[in-house]
Amino acid sequence: MELEVTIQRYLPEQSSEPFNQSYTVPYDTSTSVLDALTYIKEELDPTLSYRWSCRMAICGSCGIMLNGKPMLGCNVFLRDYVQTGMLIEPMAHFPVERDLIIDMESFLTHLEAVKPYLISKDSKESVQSFDPHNQTPRQLDKYQQFSSCINCGLCYSACPQFGLNPEFIGPAALTLAHRYNLDNRDAGQAERMPMINSEEGAWSCTFVGYCSEVCPKSVDPAAAVNQSKVTSATDLIFSLLGGRS
Amino acid sequence: MQQSDFDILVVGGGGAGLRASIAAAEKSPHLNIGLVSKVYPMRSHTVAAEGGAAAVTLEKDSFQAHIEDTVMGSDWLAEQGVVDYFVRHAYQELVQMEHWGCPWSRKEDGTIQVRRFGGMKVERTWFAADKTGFHMLHTLYQTSLKYSQIQRLDEFFVLDLLVVDAAVAGVIAIEVATGELHLLRAKSVILATGGAGRLFRFNTNGGIVTGDGMALAYRKGVALRDMEFVQYHPTGLPGSGILITEASRGEGGIMVNKDGYRYLQDYGLGPETPLGKPENKYMELGPRDKLSQAFWQEQQAGRTGKYGDSDVVYLDLRHLGEKYLQERLPFISELAKAFVNIDPAKEPIPVRPAVHYTMGGIMTDAKSETSIKGLYAAGECASVGLHGANRLGSNSLTELLVFGRLAGEQAAENADNKDFAALPTLQEQAKLVQKQLATLNDRTSGESWVEIKKELLKTMEEGCGIYRTQAGMEETLQTIRELRKRYQSVHIQDKSKVYNTEFFMCLEVGFGLDIAEATCLGALERKESRGAHQRLDEGCTSRNDQDFLQHSLVYYQGKEAARLEWQAVDTSILPPAERAYGDAAKSGEAAKGAK
Repeated sequence: MELEVTIQRYLPEQSSEPFNQSYTVPYDTSTSVLDALTYIKEELDPTLSYRWSCRMAICGSCGIMLNGKPMLGCNVFLRDYVQTGMLIEPMAHFPVERDLIIDMESFLTHLEAVKPYLISKDSKESVQSFDPHNQTPRQLDKYQQFSSCINCGLCYSACPQFGLNPEFIGPAALTLAHRYNLDNRDAGQAERMPMINSEEGAWSCTFVGYCSEVCPKSVDPAAAVNQSKVTSATDLIFSLLGGRS
Repeated sequence: MQQSDFDILVVGGGGAGLRASIAAAEKSPHLNIGLVSKVYPMRSHTVAAEGGAAAVTLEKDSFQAHIEDTVMGSDWLAEQGVVDYFVRHAYQELVQMEHWGCPWSRKEDGTIQVRRFGGMKVERTWFAADKTGFHMLHTLYQTSLKYSQIQRLDEFFVLDLLVVDAAVAGVIAIEVATGELHLLRAKSVILATGGAGRLFRFNTNGGIVTGDGMALAYRKGVALRDMEFVQYHPTGLPGSGILITEASRGEGGIMVNKDGYRYLQDYGLGPETPLGKPENKYMELGPRDKLSQAFWQEQQAGRTGKYGDSDVVYLDLRHLGEKYLQERLPFISELAKAFVNIDPAKEPIPVRPAVHYTMGGIMTDAKSETSIKGLYAAGECASVGLHGANRLGSNSLTELLVFGRLAGEQAAENADNKDFAALPTLQEQAKLVQKQLATLNDRTSGESWVEIKKELLKTMEEGCGIYRTQAGMEETLQTIRELRKRYQSVHIQDKSKVYNTEFFMCLEVGFGLDIAEATCLGALERKESRGAHQRLDEGCTSRNDQDFLQHSLVYYQGKEAARLEWQAVDTSILPPAERAYGDAAKSGEAAKGAK
């Protein structure tokens, strides 16, 4: 079986404009979009560039737009697009570097901005301290889902706010902040709230919810952002009352 | 060419590289650390590890028991002093990960939960559902953000190591986004570049696992040790090779052939354990090499099933129930549904062995230093001597923490007592590299790297698979050497600078060819069967301690054939004994392989 796959190409050293190019790719029931890209690169056109690695939807490298929807190339299959055909484009809302490769820097900057690491309750707690914290399965459950983000960035391509304003720290970063805020071992919420409360924080989200729909790991960033708004509101009220700075 | 200085350069942003970076930053906070990776750190293949990380945890467990399991698993080819160090430092590293936020799975009372794993006589594997590597990698990456002295050079591809007077002096790298060459000067360099599973067509590894760091060190004269030991994981999905974790068996999954028979009892792993009652070191909880070898025997006997073009056996998890699968094995349930359209709660998963792990690697001493002063290696790219002829599942995630940390501390100490090498010498070396690249880029015709890669993968599978023969290995070695010659005139079509991924894939094939030669030469010269290296030729079908209780060391010889030496093994704790599992271990009667 064969399927025509159209890819938006962009070769900045040759032309300032992107263009579409079509390739005919053989497929069977197990051929993923990533397999198709590999076939094109190895057999038809070695200049096609894209990111990939694990092939199993965990490394987060291979995000693309497929017929306008953000997806991971490795876990979507040609067999499901025989009727509709396939147009593969780079992830929306990010600057394109070349072909399907986008500039990830803004995404990473946003992640870093929320202090996505455990901020210890006891500042004197040393590396040598030998005992694990206690954390019941119920306490783990509170944040576990939000710790499953693979940093693929699909939610940013889905987010209309990020499309309008790249300064919006966005679904994945807010989710990660929320993940640590919900962790009973963490005491860093006060340090993260200014960012979450800020103009580019949780309140920028208009709750479209498309981020959760496209998330390949069912992390549900929309829920995390919405819960963050509640935390943020509480935090703001407390700070107005002088209860917390 | 851009030039910059770092006290320490870490090449590779996976678990070992990140752990090393953090350790160096903690040990000497004034040092500036460059973390160089050809991908963003969270793309590194640590992310795909599923099952867990081992450390002695329960009351009933002991360091001695973990040492015994690891040494027996290694078929006595592990460096026992190194195993001892590893076992004693494992727990504190896992606790350290916990303190950094790793979401380890817990018991009802909130303490750490451990699970069974193959070849381990006591439950000691910490896990985060079946995404342990993912959670460890992201925890380390996120934690590394706290240290402003760790400067990341994401998407920088290292081409060569700079060495002056037998001491490391930095690396030459290309910025993938721009094609610009960088001379990165350093006092210490840590290689943490992962394994070389991509030398084989059918593997569980990500596309980036191409053995780059091994080749970099090897080309500078560091020995590659024990490269003939390539681990086949017994449960990869047919077609893709995607990993189905050993934890599936730790949790009670069973392996059956096409007749529904639990064939492992016929291969020295029995007797059969009751369904839902897995027993450590019995049946499905035997070591990976034995299980993959049993598959091969079943295949030869015509007792495997078919999935597409692949011969398969079946991993049956149905008796665990949907709820338990969701709690303990959610990721592999998702993978089985997506990639073979099987719901493990309802149907057995078709599986077959797939290349998974490179036991051998860059030879280091017990403190992670190579024969080049100031050059360290840690994690899968290294051969510190932990795994010998077969690695036990869940020892490698702990390894990258224990030895990543050690390498980071050692590198910091070295950098604290050393000056940078003089620039002019380094610039000369860099110019040589620049010239080689220009030659490759300017070539207007020649053979494609794709063809060479395909032939390499095919010949490795034929000659260096689960079972090997003299004739098969000779032919493969011959083919590799021809491919190395052909690679001299390889041609790249893409001449652009920006994200020229063809160029990097071509370089990866070049790295792979060199490592493949070392792998095959080690296999050919090891005229015995031990661990993951099994031969079918007469006189070579069993372990031969008399002649081969030794590490193979392979040295690069430029365009000439590689050279092999032997090195004695440290057996100071446990003298060599028979390696047996199942009841055979109890009775002292050896498992004699296939019936």
